[in-house]
Amino acid sequence: MKFAKVFAAVLLLLFAVTLTPSAAEDTIKFGAILSVTGPASFLGAPESKTLEMLAEEINAKGGIKGKKVELIIKDSMGKPENAVSFAKQLIEEDKVLAIIGPSTSGETMAIKNLLEEAKTILLSCAAAEVIVDPVAKYVFKTPQKDSFAVRKIYMEMKKMGISKIGVAAGNTGFGKAGKEQLEKIAPEFGIDILISEVYDKSATDLTAVVTKLKAADVQAVVNWSIVPAQSIIAKNMRQIGMTVPLFQSHGFGNIKYVEAAGPAAEGIIFPAGRLLVVNVLPEENSQKPVLAKYKSDYESKFQEDASTFGGHAYDAFMILAKAVETAGTDTEKVRDAIESTKGFVGTGGVFNFSAEDHNGLDINAFDMLTVKDGKFTLLTN
Amino acid sequence: MSAELFFQYLVAGVTYGIIYSIVAIGFNIIYNTTGIINFAQGEFVMLGGMTAVTLNGFMPLPAAIVVAVLVTMAIGALVEIVFIRWLVNPSVLRMIIITIGLSILIREIALHVWDEKVRALPYFTGTSVSSIEVGGVHISPQVLWVIGVCTVIVIILNFFFSCTSMGRQMRACSDNRNAARLCGISARNMVTLSFVLSAGIGALAGCVVSPITYVQYDSGTGLAIKGFTVAILGGLGNSMAAVAAGILLGVLESFSIWVMPTAFKDALSISILLIILFARPSGLFGSREVFSMKEF
Repeated sequence: MKFAKVFAAVLLLLFAVTLTPSAAEDTIKFGAILSVTGPASFLGAPESKTLEMLAEEINAKGGIKGKKVELIIKDSMGKPENAVSFAKQLIEEDKVLAIIGPSTSGETMAIKNLLEEAKTILLSCAAAEVIVDPVAKYVFKTPQKDSFAVRKIYMEMKKMGISKIGVAAGNTGFGKAGKEQLEKIAPEFGIDILISEVYDKSATDLTAVVTKLKAADVQAVVNWSIVPAQSIIAKNMRQIGMTVPLFQSHGFGNIKYVEAAGPAAEGIIFPAGRLLVVNVLPEENSQKPVLAKYKSDYESKFQEDASTFGGHAYDAFMILAKAVETAGTDTEKVRDAIESTKGFVGTGGVFNFSAEDHNGLDINAFDMLTVKDGKFTLLTN
Repeated sequence: MSAELFFQYLVAGVTYGIIYSIVAIGFNIIYNTTGIINFAQGEFVMLGGMTAVTLNGFMPLPAAIVVAVLVTMAIGALVEIVFIRWLVNPSVLRMIIITIGLSILIREIALHVWDEKVRALPYFTGTSVSSIEVGGVHISPQVLWVIGVCTVIVIILNFFFSCTSMGRQMRACSDNRNAARLCGISARNMVTLSFVLSAGIGALAGCVVSPITYVQYDSGTGLAIKGFTVAILGGLGNSMAAVAAGILLGVLESFSIWVMPTAFKDALSISILLIILFARPSGLFGSREVFSMKEF
């Protein structure tokens, strides 16, 4: 009998959950799947804070066309399997208009087809090229493409006269995709990848890996990963006396990693959006007002430095909000509105979407940055 | 491979190995008194590192480390008193499940107390780029700190367990709890003490390795797995063996990178764990006869 009682209680609980009355009809539901905690929390945490800030701001002004935005944020902890179940929940139970996120490329790829089948809009905050190539009708992304980051790095290498490089990448979706792009594009620039190493994303010391790179006698190292490995590799390289330039991916765009690596971060070169160097941008740059406002809003509200990752969520939210404002709340119309967005000035660059390009950014969205005296600055030759 | 390169891999391996073995020593202390594996050991390491980083904002580094170790010891005691002490004749399996639960609990609490960000203590000597060069081999001064602290811990522990009355009482509880109680030893107090001790050692380890490995609310798990592998490899309960096994595993991992892609490094250590569990569960340095008499 005890079993029956427990069973009944569980059933009741289940019903209680599903029967929870849905919120008032006059809201627009935006879902978000972000890695708020877990290994990719450095992406998800600022993204989720940014979304909360924007939703608050827009609702304080009376919402979009008189309808309040209801934001439902799910913490996937960076795990693709969580992303899949949350995506199903957001689509089937919460019936959201669109989903912002996930934060990582691996998670985004895990739900890409799901969203496509459910005909729900996805605005990914992850970098990998494969998210929008091939184009899926309902899937968009706001961060700059990997291939542009790679090209930007190779262009810089050409200028510096570097042709023999070593590649290190973390075993995440982001690292894997970056490594593929690096290998694919290298011949175009006449660059030889002498050695290419993949390490575990939670690696705590990479001395052995950098020793291997050193032994291969490379002229520069490109590291493609997420923290903390980005800081660890910089430290370990300097510790074993490697002095060749270290290039990082656009994932390095958070001053926290510079702090974590200390003096070892000096001279690291990486492509990034302009948020990090807003203070030194020329006045005529069209992104400057947007960047300055986002940075000061975020930093005064949360008392921490703004990162480019929060900016990706900013872009996703604003593009979506703008599309809803012009097209209402019909999924198809909103999707068309996003696809026809032109000249939208965001934190990541100027977005020009089209049926073929669901990212909307070009290579000019990147600048090459470097670390000087513990701060990000534009790389000048 | 040049000699220089060989020694660079060796140094990297010894660094990994020592870090693993300090964690393994924590496992061994609790195993020695209770016969259980405390899967929350990695969390003690994390707590030590995180607390020290926070305290370092208010006080000098040495004071921050001392206070962090004391705080973690108090937490270790609290954990034992609240979750384990009141159990009447608990089975080994039950205690292990409790420690696994505890590790998840501590991790989640840490996530709320701090946040998801990566932290690190400053380098004790020099900075992140300084290194000492010995014949073409570069060694970070922090590695020397880690090695030094580990050596001191092992020496003190050996002295404690073999030469002090309290240490011998703890060992007696492990060998036969009932007989120890008949001799007037408070087995319960000894278990509490072992948690305090291993929490303290874990916390100290967390402080010393944090400049190298960084510390985050969930960094305990990875360390615990490696520490557990090393503890088993050396033979459960033997701190000296843990150090030898740790260095062996670290060096193997490091040299594996030379011949194999780096991604296989962890596969290698887990394979070693499996082979040892199948072929020689008493560990490389443990005696089979003694092992066969243990409960677990």
